[in-house]
Amino acid sequence: MQARKKYVLLGLCACCWLVLFYWGGGVQLRLLRLLTRQRGEVVRPWPNWTDRAFLPRYAHLDELQTDPGTAESPRQRRQAWSAIYKDSRCRMETCFDFSRCRRRGREGFRVYIYPSEKNDHVSESYRKILTSIAESRYYTSDPREACLFVLGIDTLDRDQLSGQFVPNVDERIRGYPLWNDGRNHLIFNLYSGTWPNYTEDLGFNIGQAILAKASLNTEHFRPGFDVSIPLFSKDHPQKGGERGWLVRNTIPPRRKYLLMFKGKRYLTGIGSDTRNALHHIHNGKDIVSLTTCRHGKDWEKHKDARCDHDNLEYERFDYQELLHNSTFCLVPRGRRLGSFRFLESLQAACIPVLLSNGWELPFSDVIQWNQAVIEGDERLLLQVPSTVRAVGNERVLALRQRTQMLWEAYFSSVDKIVLTTLEIIKDRVFSHISRNKYMWNSLPGGLLVLPEYSTHLAHFPFYYLGLGISPGQEFTAVIHAVSPLVSQSQPIMKLLQVVSKSKYCSQIIILWNSEKPPPNRSKWPPMPVPLTVTDGRRKTTSRFLPHVAIETEAVLSLDEDTVLLTSEVNFAFLVWRSFPERIVGYPPRSHFWDPLKRAWGYTSKWTNDYSIILTGAAFYHRYYHYLFSHYLPQSLRTLVDRTSNCEDILMNFLVSAVTHLPPIKVAQRKQYKELPSPQGTKSVPWANPEHFNQRQECVNTFANWFGYMPLVHSQFRLDPVLFKDQVSVLRKKYKDLERA
Amino acid sequence: MYPSGKYSSRGPALIPRMKTKHRIYYITLFSVVLLGLIATGMFQFWPHSIESTADWTLDKRSVHDAPLVRLPVSSPIPERGDLSCRMHTCFDVYRCGYNPKNRIKVYIYPLQRFVDDLGVPISSTGLSREYNDLLSAISDSDFYTDDVTRACLFIPSIDVLNQNSLRIRETAQALAMLPRWDKGMNHLLFNMLPGGPPDYNTALDVPRDRALLAGGGFSTWTYRQGYDVSIPVYSPLSADVELPERQPGPRRYFILSSQTAIHREYRAELERLKEENGEALLLLDKCSNLSQGAASARKRCYKGQVYDYPQILQESSFCVVLRGARLGQAALSDVLQAGCVPVILADSYILPFSEVLDWKRASVVIPEEKLSEMYTILKSIPHRQVEEMQRQARWFWEAYFSSMKAIGLTTLQIINDRIYPYAARTYEQWNNPPVVKWSSVNSPLFLPLIPPRAPGFTAVVLTYDRVESLFRVITEISKVPSLAKLLVVWNNQNKSPPEGEKKFKCPECTAIDGLSLDQTHMVERSECINKFASVFGTMPLKVVEHRADPVLYKDDFPEKLKSFPNIGSL
Repeated sequence: MQARKKYVLLGLCACCWLVLFYWGGGVQLRLLRLLTRQRGEVVRPWPNWTDRAFLPRYAHLDELQTDPGTAESPRQRRQAWSAIYKDSRCRMETCFDFSRCRRRGREGFRVYIYPSEKNDHVSESYRKILTSIAESRYYTSDPREACLFVLGIDTLDRDQLSGQFVPNVDERIRGYPLWNDGRNHLIFNLYSGTWPNYTEDLGFNIGQAILAKASLNTEHFRPGFDVSIPLFSKDHPQKGGERGWLVRNTIPPRRKYLLMFKGKRYLTGIGSDTRNALHHIHNGKDIVSLTTCRHGKDWEKHKDARCDHDNLEYERFDYQELLHNSTFCLVPRGRRLGSFRFLESLQAACIPVLLSNGWELPFSDVIQWNQAVIEGDERLLLQVPSTVRAVGNERVLALRQRTQMLWEAYFSSVDKIVLTTLEIIKDRVFSHISRNKYMWNSLPGGLLVLPEYSTHLAHFPFYYLGLGISPGQEFTAVIHAVSPLVSQSQPIMKLLQVVSKSKYCSQIIILWNSEKPPPNRSKWPPMPVPLTVTDGRRKTTSRFLPHVAIETEAVLSLDEDTVLLTSEVNFAFLVWRSFPERIVGYPPRSHFWDPLKRAWGYTSKWTNDYSIILTGAAFYHRYYHYLFSHYLPQSLRTLVDRTSNCEDILMNFLVSAVTHLPPIKVAQRKQYKELPSPQGTKSVPWANPEHFNQRQECVNTFANWFGYMPLVHSQFRLDPVLFKDQVSVLRKKYKDLERA
Repeated sequence: MYPSGKYSSRGPALIPRMKTKHRIYYITLFSVVLLGLIATGMFQFWPHSIESTADWTLDKRSVHDAPLVRLPVSSPIPERGDLSCRMHTCFDVYRCGYNPKNRIKVYIYPLQRFVDDLGVPISSTGLSREYNDLLSAISDSDFYTDDVTRACLFIPSIDVLNQNSLRIRETAQALAMLPRWDKGMNHLLFNMLPGGPPDYNTALDVPRDRALLAGGGFSTWTYRQGYDVSIPVYSPLSADVELPERQPGPRRYFILSSQTAIHREYRAELERLKEENGEALLLLDKCSNLSQGAASARKRCYKGQVYDYPQILQESSFCVVLRGARLGQAALSDVLQAGCVPVILADSYILPFSEVLDWKRASVVIPEEKLSEMYTILKSIPHRQVEEMQRQARWFWEAYFSSMKAIGLTTLQIINDRIYPYAARTYEQWNNPPVVKWSSVNSPLFLPLIPPRAPGFTAVVLTYDRVESLFRVITEISKVPSLAKLLVVWNNQNKSPPEGEKKFKCPECTAIDGLSLDQTHMVERSECINKFASVFGTMPLKVVEHRADPVLYKDDFPEKLKSFPNIGSL
C-alpha cells in the first residue's frame, strides 16, 4: 500500500512539473537567466530564427537599381531650390553665385573689401581683419573680379548696448549696388545679441551672406555655409603671434593641478546655470574652480551667501599661474557660447574641457576637435572630475600637443583666423581642388598646404611617415647660371660632370639667368641624364619657380660655381631622404639678435651653430618651390628680384616657418670661403659689403612679414658614419669627403 | 563475519528510523511540490515587468511566433520629428552615464507583429533579412544589454529600412506604443530607403518624435548634424557577389556609368561626354532583351553587348554615381566594392558616415551642374592619387559597407564617440586601411619641439658586472654641466650595490669589458632582433648612413673656439 501511494504521489508530482513546464516555458527561461546572469553570462537575446533564411529582402534588387525617377528635370529642380532654400536654410548650392569665381584656383578666388566711409568708426579688431584680407594673396580692389565681398562697416560687435555698435546697417547695405541680397558676401561677427538673452540676432538682415561668427549655435549654424570663428580679443596680434607655451613634453604629462577654472559666476540670466554650479567641483587640492560674484555694476544687489567666501578664495590664485600649471582647463560658456578662455587655454597647452552645449566649435568644418579638447556636457558638470581623471597619460600627451599644433596653425594671429576662414570658403567653392581632413589636421596645418599644387598627400613633404611611405629615389638638379658660357673649363662644366655622375640624379635643369642668350645645345658636355635649359628671365626668384620640368620630389639647388664631389651629393641626398621636409645642404649661415641695433643680424662667420643653409648647394622638396612662388607675398619676391639677393634667406625663412625646425648641414670636403674665385667671370658678389648689408636688411624685412623670427639654430652637422674615424679608409663609403 | 555481525547488531533499530526518514522525505517532497506550484504561479501571473519577455525561448522559433499586437485606431501618433534636435537638447545623456569602458549600452526591443484594428500588418514585409542581420549583429556585440534599465540607446525591432513597405501612420503608432518610447528619447531608427512618390523626402516620413535617425539618403536640409547618422544604402550584391580586391592602377575604362534609371537630361549629358572622349567612357544601360528580375539586375548592356554587373565595375578607374529620385544609391556600395573610385553627383547629399570618414580621399564629389566638366576634372587628378583612392574606396566598403553588421556597428560607434568624445576613435583609426596602419609611424611625440637646455638631462647607467668601466663612466659623465641627475640601475647579479658613499673596490674584475666581443652574445642579440621583428610584424629599424657631429667637428679651425672640442678625441 505504502509503496503504491508513494508511486502515485511521485507520478502526480511528475505530472505537475510537466504541466508547469509546458505552460510556463518562461519560468524555466527566467530561472535560467537569473542563474546565468549571476554567473556573468549574457543570454543571447535576439533569437536565431529558424526561418531567417526565408525572410524577405528589405528591397528587391530591381527596386534598388531602378530608381523610380521623377518627372521634374534636374535643372528645374536646382533652380527651384534656390527659391526655397534661402536665408536660414542657405547652402552653397542655393545661396552662392559660383559663376563669380569662374577662373580656376587662386585666380578665381578674389576678395573685395568695400571702402569704408569717412565718419565710420572701425574697431581695432575689425581693422585687423580687413588688413589681413587686404594683405592676403586673395585681395582685389576691383569688385568686378571679386568672388567674395567683405563689408567696410564694422559688424563685429552687434550688442546694442556696446559703444562699438554701428546703427542703421540695414539701410546702408541695402543701398549697395553689389549687395544682391547678401550673395557672395562674408560677414564677420564676434558679439551678437544683448543682455539678458544674448540671442544670435545681428540687428540687421544678412540675407544670403555667409556668416563668420564667434559663439555660433549649432541650431543657427548653416552647415557647409557659415564659418564658426573663435572669439579673440582686440589685443590679438595681427600676424605671427606668440607661440604656444609648451616648450617640452614632460612625462608623465600631468601637471600640478588636474583641472582649473577661474572666472565670473553669473547669479542670474543666461549661462548662469553652468557658471553657478562650477564651485561644486572645487576641492582645493588638484581641482581648483574659483568663481567670483564681483563683476558688473550691481553685483552686490544679487549677491548670495557664497559670494564673500568665494571672492576671498578667488583672490588666492593667479590665473596665469593656474594656466601654466593645470593639465585641464574648464571652458564653460559665458553669456555667450564662446569665450576668450578657449584660445587662452589652447595657447597655454592646458587641455580645454568644454562646457558649452550647442556651441559650433571654431572651424568645425575642418578641425577634428575631439583630438584636442574634451567636449563635456553642461548637464554632466559633476562628472567632469572623474572623466578627466580617467583620461590616460598617453591621451593627455596627444591632446596637449594637438592644442599647440592647432594654436599655431590657425589661431595665434588675426591673420591666421581670417585666412583660415577664407581658405575654408575657397575649399567649398573649388571642392575638387581642396584639402582633405588629413591635411587640415596634421602638421603643418591647412594654411601651408596649397591644394592647387596637388591634392595628393604623397606629393607633399610632410606626410611620408604618416602614410608609411618614403620619398622617391631620385632628384632633379637645378643649376642657377648667371655667367655666359665662354670656356669648357668653367666651374659649371665640372659641376655638370659631378652631378650627372650621381646614381640618384634623374635630370639636370639649367636655369639661364645670364644677360647673354643661352648657348647652343652642342656646347654642353654629353651627359648620362637629360639636360634642360630654361630661361629664368634674369629674375632671382626664378630659381624657385615651380618649373613643370621638375618631376622628382627632391630638388638639388646649385649655383654655377659650386664645387662638389659626386659622393658628397650622394651622401647629402641620402640624408635628405631621412629629413624630406627640411633643407639639407652645405654652406651654413646664422642669424642673431643685435641688442644694440635692436634688430636682427646676419653673419657668415664660422660659428658653432647655424640657422640658414645657402641654397647654392642644398636639397629640399620641390613643394617649397610652389610655396615660395604662391604662398609668399609678391612684395617679398619683388624685393629679392630688385636686389638680386636674399632669395636663399627667404627660402630658409619659409621652410623653417613651415617646419619650426632648423635646416641640416652635412659634411663637406671644402669650406665655402676657400673656393677658388671664378676666373674671368663676374666678381664674387658676397665680397661686396653692399651685398652683405642688403642681407642684414632682408632678414629684418622677412621677420617683419612673418610677424616673428622663424629661423631656428642648430648645433649639429650630419657626417657619414665613419667620418674621420681612425679606421681603414677601405672600410669607408664616403672616403672622398676626407681628402683635403 | 565481523562486518555482518556489525550489521546485525544495528539491525533492529533500522526499521523505525526508516519510517521517520520516509515521513520527512514525504513532507519535504510535498513542500517542494507546493513551493514549486506557488512559485510557478507567481512567476506566471505576477505583473513582473511591463516588458513582456515571455516570448523568449531557448528553442528555435519562427518570426511568425512573435506576439501579435493590435493597434487601436486612436492610438497616439508621435510628432513629426524636430529639425532642431541635437544631442544636448533631445538626448537623455543621464541614461548613458559615466562608464569606465566608455561604451554605450544598447537595448533591442523583442520582436512583435503589429497589426491595425482590422488585423492588417503595418508593414508589407515585416522583419526583413537585412534588419534581422543588423539586430543580431548588435545583440552579439559589446554594445548590447538585455537590461532595459541600464540601456542608453533603444532600438525598436520594427523594421523601417524601406519606407515603401510601410504604412506610415500605423508604423508611427507602433513606435509610440513601445514601452520606453518616451517621446522617442534615445531611440535609434535605421532607414535606408526614405521618402515616397512624388517628391521623395530625403528622410523617413514616419513621425518619430525625438528619435535619432540612421538614414541612407539625407540631404543637408534634413540631416541634423551631430544627431542623425548618415548610413549607406545596403546593396545585397555585397553578400551575393564576391569581387576579389584588385591592385590599384589604371583600368580599361576611365569612366563608367552603370546606373539604369538616369534622368534623360543627364543621360544626354553623358552621351555628349562619350562623344567627345570616346573609348575612355563606357555608358551602360538596362538590357532591353532581358526580362525583369534578378537576372536583369546582374546584367548591363551597351549597344547590344552584354556585361556582367557588378564585375564590369572593376574595369574602370572612375564610376559615376548619380542621384535619382533619392540621394542615396545602392550603386555606391557596388562601386566601392569593385575598388572603383565613385564620382558622386548628388547635390546636398550627406555622404555615408561623413562624420568620421574622409570622403575626399576615396571619392570625387562634383556638383550636378558640372557634369559636363566631369572628364576634365577627373583627368586633372594625379595617377598616384587615383590609386590611393581606389585602395581607399575598397577599404571603406570592406570596413563600413560590406554587411549589415558593419553598417550597424559603425553607426553605434559613431554615436558612442559623441557620448564619450574623450575616448573617440581618431581620424587615422577610421580612415587608414590596415596596410597603412601597419606601415605608418605616428610618434607619440609628434610636435616638433626643441626643449630648452635649462632642465638638463638624466643619465641612466646600467651596471652589468663591469664595475671598472662603470666608475669611469660615472666620473666622466658627472663632469657634464647639463647633467641634472645620475641614475645607476644595478643589474649586477654577482654583487650587491655599494652602500652610501663607501668606495667599491673590485680587484678581480679587471677589464672584463670584452662582453660585446663574445660570440654567443652576438648570436643571442641577432636572435633577439628576429624575435622582436616577428612580434612587431615588420622590421621597424631603419638603416641610415649619417651620424650627428658638432658643426665644426674635426674642421681645420682653432680648437678653443669650438663648443665641443673634445669629441672624437678618445
